[in-house]
Amino acid sequence: MNTSKINIQDLKLWYGTEQALHGINLAIADKKITAFIGPSGCGKSTLLRCMNRMNDHISSCRIEGEVTLDDKNIYAPDVDVVQLRTHVGMVFQKPNPFPKSIYENIAYAPSIHGIAKKGVEMDELVETALKKASLWTEVKDKLHQSGTALSGGQQQRLCIARTIAIKPDVILMDEPCSALDPIASAKIEELMDELKSEFTIIIVTHSMQQAARVSDNTAFFYMGNLIEFGETSSLFSQPQQQQTEDYITGRFG
Amino acid sequence: MSKQVLANMKTNKRLRKRYRKEKLFKGSAIFALSLAAAFLVFFFYNIINQGYSALVQAQILVDVQYNEASHKSYRKAIDKSYRKIVSRGWLRTLPIYMEDHPEVMNTVRNEWVVATADVDQYLKGKSNRLKDKQKRQIDKLQEEGKVKLSFNSNFFTNGDSKMAELAGIKSALVGSIYVLIVTLLVALPIGVMTAIYLEEFAPDNRLTQVIEVNINNLAAIPSILFGLLGLAIFINFFGVPRSSALVGGLTLALMTLPVIIITTRAALRAVPHTIREAAYGLGASKWQTVWHHTLPLALPGILTGSIIGLAQAMGETAPLLIIGMMAYIPDTPTGFTEVATVLPAQIFTWAGESIRAYEERTAAAILVLLSLLLSMNSLAVWLRKRFETRW
Repeated sequence: MNTSKINIQDLKLWYGTEQALHGINLAIADKKITAFIGPSGCGKSTLLRCMNRMNDHISSCRIEGEVTLDDKNIYAPDVDVVQLRTHVGMVFQKPNPFPKSIYENIAYAPSIHGIAKKGVEMDELVETALKKASLWTEVKDKLHQSGTALSGGQQQRLCIARTIAIKPDVILMDEPCSALDPIASAKIEELMDELKSEFTIIIVTHSMQQAARVSDNTAFFYMGNLIEFGETSSLFSQPQQQQTEDYITGRFG
Repeated sequence: MSKQVLANMKTNKRLRKRYRKEKLFKGSAIFALSLAAAFLVFFFYNIINQGYSALVQAQILVDVQYNEASHKSYRKAIDKSYRKIVSRGWLRTLPIYMEDHPEVMNTVRNEWVVATADVDQYLKGKSNRLKDKQKRQIDKLQEEGKVKLSFNSNFFTNGDSKMAELAGIKSALVGSIYVLIVTLLVALPIGVMTAIYLEEFAPDNRLTQVIEVNINNLAAIPSILFGLLGLAIFINFFGVPRSSALVGGLTLALMTLPVIIITTRAALRAVPHTIREAAYGLGASKWQTVWHHTLPLALPGILTGSIIGLAQAMGETAPLLIIGMMAYIPDTPTGFTEVATVLPAQIFTWAGESIRAYEERTAAAILVLLSLLLSMNSLAVWLRKRFETRW
């Protein structure tokens, strides 16, 4: 396996008294797409949200263990969560553009982080981000229209463009296609394939076909445990664990 | 198609029963609505019918003598025969008028002057205390065209008066505006900030739960208790002048706070959680998330709630009773610490008067208050439409 970007060591997580993750160990490869699969409630989204500390906003959530990004523990006391999120971007299940213009949607994060100055520099950044998210040709004439007026698939690509604009190392995608039709999903998948040359991508998905199509590595979770992790091709063709086989052959989940 | 299926597609007994229930429900809803509308129409008809006549006031054309004698004794300014029908309140103002306008001295001017309330009511065909002799005099003056009903500007430029013909709403209106300004300046920032803190920043623990329950309860407390609280805290403890717009505004702010907090929290909660996640996911701090995204989206709701809370405060009377604003206050306040009264208090005071001319003034003052409240509520609707985000 290649050099790993993110290392998860013995990660345990509780919501109140209920344990949602039972000691996860996982190494996420750099510049690859890693897919998390498993039935609902297996902890895959929870784990994803540990990687940009989105769970910090849930007051009942308690975490033990380590998540390191480039050998730095992101739960160390000196790590600023705002800084962390400029390195680890996130795309959500439901497209959630701000109810502002397309331009403002993308320019917002760079402006609060001081990545680009207003004017030409920002215009270029917006254009680059939209091009990378393969949305530029569709929206270049209506940059100042509301982002919420776009179609669902376009909105999701806008959200990806918005994330790319802060130049993160890692992009977390939490079921990015679950609210989209097959054609829009195909575009997102295509886009992910282009993006993996620059970014490390982790995707949570309910669609095993999608995981098989886009990802390099796949992790299968069940009841808060990591059951199996390996290269996608081998995991889907020769699963080592009985539970994995049952799940991917559609016996449960 | 078989007979069986067709039979199933006809209205059967069970279905008829369901339709009947629906009709009954719809019918009673329409009945309730029309009843409410009828009450509203009746209310407006009644108020307007009683109040519109206050917009005109009887005036009499008389010779007014401006000289030393009338300066000393204002009764001498007009002929003796007019003394019972010309407003004494107006006569009293003559000496001051003469001092301010020396050029009128030693002249006799034929002027329209304010008649007494009784003459006014007589001309409007309402009950009055005029004697038969005076009625005949008025009738004669009317034939000569020396009596008329003209626009009652005094109603808008005067404060309260013991002479009904001179009584106006200016002091109460200005007092209401002063009180409203204080309430707005105190309740809006504190209320909105409290709501933002409780909704977005405060940890969800026992203490915040207790605070939340108490805020909800405060909104339902009888308003007169806020008057007692205002008396105890602002007047007795902080020594804010009694009856002033300041203490009135502060007391009403106490009353409005829970309303603003509750509506602001509801508006913040209505902002989709996905927007907050989007901002957090891009590395916005909590404050940036609230300030750049949540608050602007909640703004229409906050404004609407606050304006309705303020309108409620503006129509409030009970707490002001306790802090001494329900009083005879003829002078228009020029500052926040001067004694003042407010429109609902003025309405209450006039409603208790026995002179008939106050009756129409009461109705007219209600109309003024109602139109103020209506315009505030339309402002709320307009703001909501203006700032609403289209998704």
